[in-house]
Amino acid sequence: MEAILEVSGVTKTFGGFTALSDVSLSVSAGERLGLIGPNGSGKTTLINCISGALLNDSGSIRFAGHEVSRRAAHERTRLGIARSFQIPRPFRTMSVLENLMVPLAYVGGVAGGRARDEAMSILDGMGLAAKAGVTSSQLSQVELRKMELARAMAASPKLLISDEAMAGLAGAEVDEVLKILFELNARGITIIMIEHIMQAVMSFSQRVVCLDAGRIICDGTPQAVVANPDVQRAYLGD
Amino acid sequence: MAFSLDLLFEAVLFGVLLGGFYAAVSLGLSVAFGLLDIPYVAHPAILVFGAYCTYLLGTAGIDPILAGLLLTPPFFLLGILLYRFYYETFERRGGAEAGVRGLAFFFGVVFIVEVGLILAFGVDQRGVQAPYIGSSLEIGEFRIPYRMLTAFGVALLLTVVLTLYLSRTFTGRAIKAVGQDEGALRLMGADPVRIKQIAFGIATGVNALAGAVLIIVGPVEPSLDRLYIGRTFCVVVLAGLGSMSGTLVAGLILGITESIVLMMLGASWAPAVSFGLLLLVLGIRPQGLFGR
Amino acid sequence: MPLSNTRFWTGAGIVLAALVAMAFSGINEYVFFAGFVVLQFVVLASAWNILGGYAGYVNFGVPAFVATGAYAALVMFKGLGAPLVVQIVFGAFVAGVLGLLVGLLTLRLRGIFFSIATVAVIFILETVVLNWRFVGGASGLQLSRPGPSLGFESYTRMLFAVMAVMAVAAVGISRYLQHSHVGQGLRALRDSEEAAECSGVPTLRLKLIACTVSGALLGAGGAPMPMYLSFIEPASSFNLSYAVSTLAMPIIGGLGHWAGPVIGALLLGSLQQIVTVTISSELNVLVVGVLLVVFVVIAPEGILGLVKSWKRSSK
Repeated sequence: MEAILEVSGVTKTFGGFTALSDVSLSVSAGERLGLIGPNGSGKTTLINCISGALLNDSGSIRFAGHEVSRRAAHERTRLGIARSFQIPRPFRTMSVLENLMVPLAYVGGVAGGRARDEAMSILDGMGLAAKAGVTSSQLSQVELRKMELARAMAASPKLLISDEAMAGLAGAEVDEVLKILFELNARGITIIMIEHIMQAVMSFSQRVVCLDAGRIICDGTPQAVVANPDVQRAYLGD
Repeated sequence: MAFSLDLLFEAVLFGVLLGGFYAAVSLGLSVAFGLLDIPYVAHPAILVFGAYCTYLLGTAGIDPILAGLLLTPPFFLLGILLYRFYYETFERRGGAEAGVRGLAFFFGVVFIVEVGLILAFGVDQRGVQAPYIGSSLEIGEFRIPYRMLTAFGVALLLTVVLTLYLSRTFTGRAIKAVGQDEGALRLMGADPVRIKQIAFGIATGVNALAGAVLIIVGPVEPSLDRLYIGRTFCVVVLAGLGSMSGTLVAGLILGITESIVLMMLGASWAPAVSFGLLLLVLGIRPQGLFGR
Repeated sequence: MPLSNTRFWTGAGIVLAALVAMAFSGINEYVFFAGFVVLQFVVLASAWNILGGYAGYVNFGVPAFVATGAYAALVMFKGLGAPLVVQIVFGAFVAGVLGLLVGLLTLRLRGIFFSIATVAVIFILETVVLNWRFVGGASGLQLSRPGPSLGFESYTRMLFAVMAVMAVAAVGISRYLQHSHVGQGLRALRDSEEAAECSGVPTLRLKLIACTVSGALLGAGGAPMPMYLSFIEPASSFNLSYAVSTLAMPIIGGLGHWAGPVIGALLLGSLQQIVTVTISSELNVLVVGVLLVVFVVIAPEGILGLVKSWKRSSK
């Protein structure tokens, strides 16, 4: 399978602090990748560099054949990279439906009635259709997380990065979100999942990558990574 | 434009003293904006307000530096109240327009203070008298005004005290941490809101003394608040948000640059220096010299 | 809730016709003198709202843009003897370029730095004007304006009518922007710039558009000033009152919607005109400043917001 995302030798520093150090990662089209690591290991920085929220200092990032490391985030979204945010960032003054209309308009070029229909069908798939007209500032946590994913979907992505979409959710809610991610992957969307909930990572990922202090310390099947002594040390300390 | 090495040296010397002064008046902003990330454009307005309070105490015969010290506790309380109000009204409610509203709020305060001062004192300049104002120290061919030396001395003292406080005391370190990791602070049992409150109180208290230094350095007028928006933000941004010691260095750079421009192009171009330097830093190296 | 295009333009057309008809009537000259200022505030408040309300970037250098329009118009008049329309277009053009430049410099950064940059522009521009003898420097310039054309009885009446046209145009432009594709993107980036970028919104480009249009309209609003006063000087051009009022009007009326600045300008502007006769201009600024703070704290959605929530609660 060809790689849809190729991260090579990416480094990112903030002042004196090195968040990412020579990180290289390859993701195949349609893959389900889990990204784990203790707090501060650089996971969010990595996906910020991939999505374009940050610009890496050195190294290259290739997506679907394009070199994107110098491109603005909105251009990368148009190429097919979508992400959800760890702390949901809804367009608060807009309804749930209107939230989805933004990427539909700006990525898909769809507006008006057609956009409304497409948005509704996405919301249907997420179980949010009933909340379409509700102002997004009124949603519950799990609804917000689902809307984040719905909005990312409205951008018709080839790669979806889910940043701790399940953080702070209760058991049944975690399953709901997991189910959605599986369905999206079944449609051919490559998914990178950052998560601390180990069961979710294990059951979802075909492959797991572990970061620690800005470096990749393990890359393999979920079972292999969890059994790896370096990974255990990173999480539990010496 | 007569250019001589002597003139340049004198300009640089004056600039160093001026720079120390600029650092002093920017310390409060360094805490409020640099550490707490509050869009505190009203900082220079409170500074000028402090200067006028010093003036009032001066009419009662009180020495400006003493006045500054006397004003520090009430200004500290003012800072706490201001932060409390800002927090309840803006930070708590959040929302998309919180940033715009917070900024609009502080600019509203700027307008109110400036016009209030005009109504109370008129647009003419007000100054104070003191034994160290008006005469100069003569070293060889150079004359260093005593008022500048006083300002520089107070500035240095303030910077040292504040830097020590922030790095040696628990509250001080909590203040430095609260901007970066509220969660960790909470785990340590400290209430972030209370810490920020104290920080803002300190920032405003320092402003009282800085205001006294302002009127020592020269007479004040109500419109200075907008000019000092440029100077204080220039210093804070050039230093790098969150760096106290950087504030002194940045102040010196601004002071010396302004002094040289003053010598070469005259007074009307001096205000443009701080704003210009600020825009330059934001364009080239927005994290400043020592920023995180 | 959105007004249909036909309804809006019919209403606007009627208002404009009424105002122009007024200018031909026998009403007291002072009405037009004062009315010009109120209409000017409709233009300025609408212009400000395009960047401040729609995009969430606060311009505190309104006096700089208004003065740019005024001084650019002056240069056209004094240098080329250009008619009023050309002065206004040129004033808008130069102010628009200024908006673009300031935007390019600072819109990549946080909102507060953009705001401070707009304060910087006031100082820098003021310094330029003070040192430029052609436009009168510090002492300003007296102008003798030509006779009124288009059949108006006086130049002031003609300016009133011109400003009425500009007010309708400014409101029309801001309404168009609000409902357009650009307006949707601006609203998204105001709510969350990061999420907007990740939804494909080219945030920098949109911010620059908003900044340029806003600047141009501010300049257009300022361009007739030299003709209105037959005089121009830095002190009154760069005055605090413009800064406070242009900020207060959209906030009091309601940010983010084209009708907010109109409400704010009409209310506050008329109030100011009535009251200026009795109180000093400093007290005026103080009152506006206090109103600004009160509304920001208590009624952040402005009068429009209050109406909306009153409607909602009475259902």
